[in-house]
Amino acid sequence: MSDHESTYVPKTGVEKWLDSRLPIVRFGADYMSLPTPKNLNYWWTFGGILALCLAVQIATGIVLAMHYVPNVELAFASVERIMRDVNGGDLIRYTHANGASMFFIAVYLHMLRGLYYGSYKAPREMIWIVGCVIFFLMIATAFLGYVLPWGQMSYWGAEVITNLIGAIPVVGEPVLIWLRGGPAIDNATLNRFFSLHYLLPFVIAGCVVLHLWALHHAGQNNPVGILIPKDRQKKDTVPFHPYFTVKDGFAIILFLILFATFVFFMPNALGHADNYIPANPLVTPAHIVPEWYMLPFYAILRAIPDKFGGVVAMFAAIGVLFVLPWLDTSKVRSMRYRPAMRTFFVIFVLVGLGLGWCGAQLPDAPVVPGMPSFQLFDGQLNSYLWLTRLFTAYYFAFFLIIMPIVGLKETPLPIPATISEPVLPGGGDAMTAAAPASTEKKG
Amino acid sequence: MAESVVTEGEGGDATRRDFIHIAAGAAAVGAGAMAVWPLINQMNPAADTLALASIEFDLTKVQEGQQVVIKWQGKPVFVRYRTPAEIQRLAAEPQAGSPPESDAARTKEGHQQYLVVLGNCTHLGCVPTFGTGEFGGWFCPCHGSHYDASGRIRKGPAPLNLVVPDYEYVSDTRIKIG
Repeated sequence: MSDHESTYVPKTGVEKWLDSRLPIVRFGADYMSLPTPKNLNYWWTFGGILALCLAVQIATGIVLAMHYVPNVELAFASVERIMRDVNGGDLIRYTHANGASMFFIAVYLHMLRGLYYGSYKAPREMIWIVGCVIFFLMIATAFLGYVLPWGQMSYWGAEVITNLIGAIPVVGEPVLIWLRGGPAIDNATLNRFFSLHYLLPFVIAGCVVLHLWALHHAGQNNPVGILIPKDRQKKDTVPFHPYFTVKDGFAIILFLILFATFVFFMPNALGHADNYIPANPLVTPAHIVPEWYMLPFYAILRAIPDKFGGVVAMFAAIGVLFVLPWLDTSKVRSMRYRPAMRTFFVIFVLVGLGLGWCGAQLPDAPVVPGMPSFQLFDGQLNSYLWLTRLFTAYYFAFFLIIMPIVGLKETPLPIPATISEPVLPGGGDAMTAAAPASTEKKG
Repeated sequence: MAESVVTEGEGGDATRRDFIHIAAGAAAVGAGAMAVWPLINQMNPAADTLALASIEFDLTKVQEGQQVVIKWQGKPVFVRYRTPAEIQRLAAEPQAGSPPESDAARTKEGHQQYLVVLGNCTHLGCVPTFGTGEFGGWFCPCHGSHYDASGRIRKGPAPLNLVVPDYEYVSDTRIKIG
């Protein structure tokens, strides 16, 4: 928190010498002793997990770049060489590839946590907006990285995604050629995508510093969603270290078990088999699908019958997140005390999953096989096209209609005055031995 | 009133100082733009890419009813030797597609049997396959666009007909694309 005073006292001679010249140990010590709400649940561990994911991707990425050749003649073969000949190369490659999926699993849970508990509301708007920038950069980075192996999915994914930019009126075509470095996806494209895929993670790391700075300045949110009163600071917070370093560490270990399960036992489960076919500019695979973490946005793109309209809708789906703090009119942060909104939130999560599911299906395929249907405008009603449209409508309605209106109309449940009140008799003033052990598991 | 004149004089001094600020700011912006432009422009097509402008193709390689896919500027080009039945059917049709075009406008006079089009779907660039689809032409597997035997868009999300590139007959059996 901003008014968190330094409690660091240099002990050894070296520390005293350093502290009067470059107080970096003080900075680290104060950083780690940040007063943290003591009621954080396990949904609050994904920040630490994401930091780990970024570190894993950067470390394995730098290693892979030592063996990968960004040239259309050699790219695919150099990845196969990493798999077969480079010491432990298969493990490193699978870790990097599955690491991207793990990164997105964690970031989606992280974002939904923020959405549920109102972590984007005053005074935390900047934490949220910087987080949205990070999310957008993550998508861009993951796209660029997926192109590098130069398989069929790489090539045709790049073709389709860069063509989205070509859909912009007037400037689209010149920008498309500029982005590709020629009339088609070719070596110039691959070469620059490699350079940018290396660069962007460091931009993300820079944004993470801003994200944490904003977080430490505004203070952490908590499941109750109230600001901790000044006089309760001592009672309602604990230092980040060792309480939450250990808790985050434990969550990270659980997460690494999931990660390792994919890397060691099903490294290709989340990928697409066609990317083991070298890129062929003359043949498109029968069914091209983006990586799973892009599917909801891809589904929104396809839901709109107009080419440019689809692009606008897809970017708007991310853009609406940036203005979320001003769309939510409720004064109550945590949805724990907003039963009406909580229902809409659960539907939103299901719709998000549904969009992902629709994104992987053929638009014309029937949702219920064999059910008689009828033509509605440009497609059968019983098709993924129309199901996607239904979900897309809810996605935007949730942010643009439901959030502003429900915030004004609903009657929230009574909100506790302190974060101790819901779990401790007497609001934790009398620290009895009976209850405190269970506080962190609630919620 | 004299005082107000003095105030204006002070205002005049401030304006001259303002001018230095504006001039310095403008110079910085100009220098920045000049420095940034080459960093942007380096990503535009390089000289060797631009040099790969045109290719020639021998039409005798294509059998009747066959389609040959050639690579031009990194993109597929369909060269299709159409059957008399297809040409007759297309000739009987009015203008179609988006924008509406007649088949004659999409081929060269006296060479109606050869259709030359870029093989990228005008939606998001996938390569359509011939022989499937509802209009006797191409079908794009990515998002289900249907093209007829003249390469005109007839159904699906693609906004335009398959693009006819600039090409000419250098002899009766050779074409030059680009």
